[in-house]
Amino acid sequence: MTKTEANKIFISGNHAFGEAAIRAGCTCYFGYPITPQNELGEYMSEHLPPAGGVFLQSESETAAINMLIGASAVGVRAMTSSSSPGISLKQEGISFLAGFELPGVIINVMRGGPGLGNIAPSQGDYFQATRGGGHGDYRTPVFAPATVQEIVDLTVLSFDVADRYRTPVMILGDGMMGQMKEPVVFPEKIKKLPEKEWALKGRGNGPSRYMASLILDALEMEKHNWKLVRKYREIEKNETRYEAFMADDAEIIAVAYGTTARITKGAIKRLRKEGVKAGLLRPITLWPFPSQAIRDIAQNAKKVVVFEMSTGQMVEDVLLAVMGQIPVQFHGRPGGVIPTPLEFSRIMYREYELLKKKSI
Amino acid sequence: MKLKNKWPKYYKKDVITHYCPGCGHGIVHRIVAELLEEMELGKRAVCVNPAGCAVLAYKYFDIDMIESAHGRGTAIATGVKRARPDLFVFTYQGDGDLSAIGTAETIHSANRGEHISVVFINNAVYGMTGGQMAPTTLVGMRTTTTPSGRNPEYDGYPLHITEVVASFPGVAYAERVAVDGPAGIQKTKKAIRNAFQCQIDGLGYSIVEVLSPCPTNWKMTPRASFTWITEEMTKEYKLGVLADRRARE
Repeated sequence: MTKTEANKIFISGNHAFGEAAIRAGCTCYFGYPITPQNELGEYMSEHLPPAGGVFLQSESETAAINMLIGASAVGVRAMTSSSSPGISLKQEGISFLAGFELPGVIINVMRGGPGLGNIAPSQGDYFQATRGGGHGDYRTPVFAPATVQEIVDLTVLSFDVADRYRTPVMILGDGMMGQMKEPVVFPEKIKKLPEKEWALKGRGNGPSRYMASLILDALEMEKHNWKLVRKYREIEKNETRYEAFMADDAEIIAVAYGTTARITKGAIKRLRKEGVKAGLLRPITLWPFPSQAIRDIAQNAKKVVVFEMSTGQMVEDVLLAVMGQIPVQFHGRPGGVIPTPLEFSRIMYREYELLKKKSI
Repeated sequence: MKLKNKWPKYYKKDVITHYCPGCGHGIVHRIVAELLEEMELGKRAVCVNPAGCAVLAYKYFDIDMIESAHGRGTAIATGVKRARPDLFVFTYQGDGDLSAIGTAETIHSANRGEHISVVFINNAVYGMTGGQMAPTTLVGMRTTTTPSGRNPEYDGYPLHITEVVASFPGVAYAERVAVDGPAGIQKTKKAIRNAFQCQIDGLGYSIVEVLSPCPTNWKMTPRASFTWITEEMTKEYKLGVLADRRARE
């Protein structure tokens, strides 16, 4: 893949999710309309069937995730998407995907909540996404893109991670990511995917197979739970991703993801011009969380500021990572309010000034 | 004449049933297994089994199977069939599964005319959870959650979901039968054969509702529960073909 100007396509985040999925070999998409991600389903309805795939508008988000289970069980790459209230409905199915050990890609274009909330960008579903979300003892890898190009790259990666570990994978975007247009380069379409030995294909002349999450024997269920944990440890080891931005010499370090990280970058650039040693650590995977990277940075920095478009969710993971080494300050704008770089830079500047005063 | 008891090819051997004495599941399992063999479907079949007593159906059917969350069977079957139209896909569901928590999935998969077959076991109660009221519970029937009998003014009326879906153009075949005796068992086999054939012929959705005994939760002997189907249950749930669009082309 060459990222040349000539190959660039100007495209919205929601359309980019769809095109990237098709390029990644996704042949089945199931979804139910909900704002602000409707363009994704519409894109799939136009482009997936001509490419030999299946687009199906389901009767509910619950039905959509179960259709995904069916398609995934027979070995195809399948995707569903929704926004916050719809993702709540999908949690039952996501828990079953985890129990069955079936791959699947679920996109959440977050909006303000709780309840119906509104249709403006929010990051209020962090807890739901990173703590499993549905019932039972499981985790879901969660990717958080901050540009439309990253939507493309992480969508392709999500299908690979889902297949490699046989796990549902969530991409956590927000209304801003979904609606924003940027020039991107798409990878070539994957022509052939490796055969999935475990998939249901009809038994043919071989032994029959079954997929069940039901394990009535408690000791056997416990074994399955620990087996999942071993898989999650592998994912933590191999798939943790983050970006460090101007972080090497930073005395004050921001932690933010997705849209908020983008805004924070603007703030950092502004602060650097003022001579403030500010940096950013941007988790690209929210689970597994880049705790070690944050812990390492906290060795040299004097303060952490966490920015979120929520009332404070990821900040708990940051606190766990920092483990009290240095102070952690939180600033959030929930409810669909989009903060500005100026707002963030002011907060960081104020915190930086306080640091300086203390050190005198 | 020597009677032969041929073991169905797609029914696992050396398994001890977990179903209660007199339960109808074993009869219908056997019918399905026989048809998978007779109609040469077993090699390419995928069964979606439900939450409920038949969640353990994979212990008996020797074909590829996937379990579903309560009520979601036909959504999973939709995903399987759409992704792999060459597979033979059927769900095996109970009345609580299919006509309470899974009503939306049932109605919309039928209305889309999904090319799947549904084997619907109606025993008028929630079996596995201990005999609570189902949407199908008869008026006046005592269950663990209707201790003085189902009162329609309070609990509503028995739901006839098969009649509902039978009215949809996408439904190729819908029939209600009862495994209440040898004749009923023969009719059940014929009905499920018709339903399976509809999928083979690409005609659309097919459903067979089987009135089936649950002696444990009905608190009856097996014999009395078979009689109760014939004498009481069929008054509410009339047997017969509810939709047959096989002739249309």
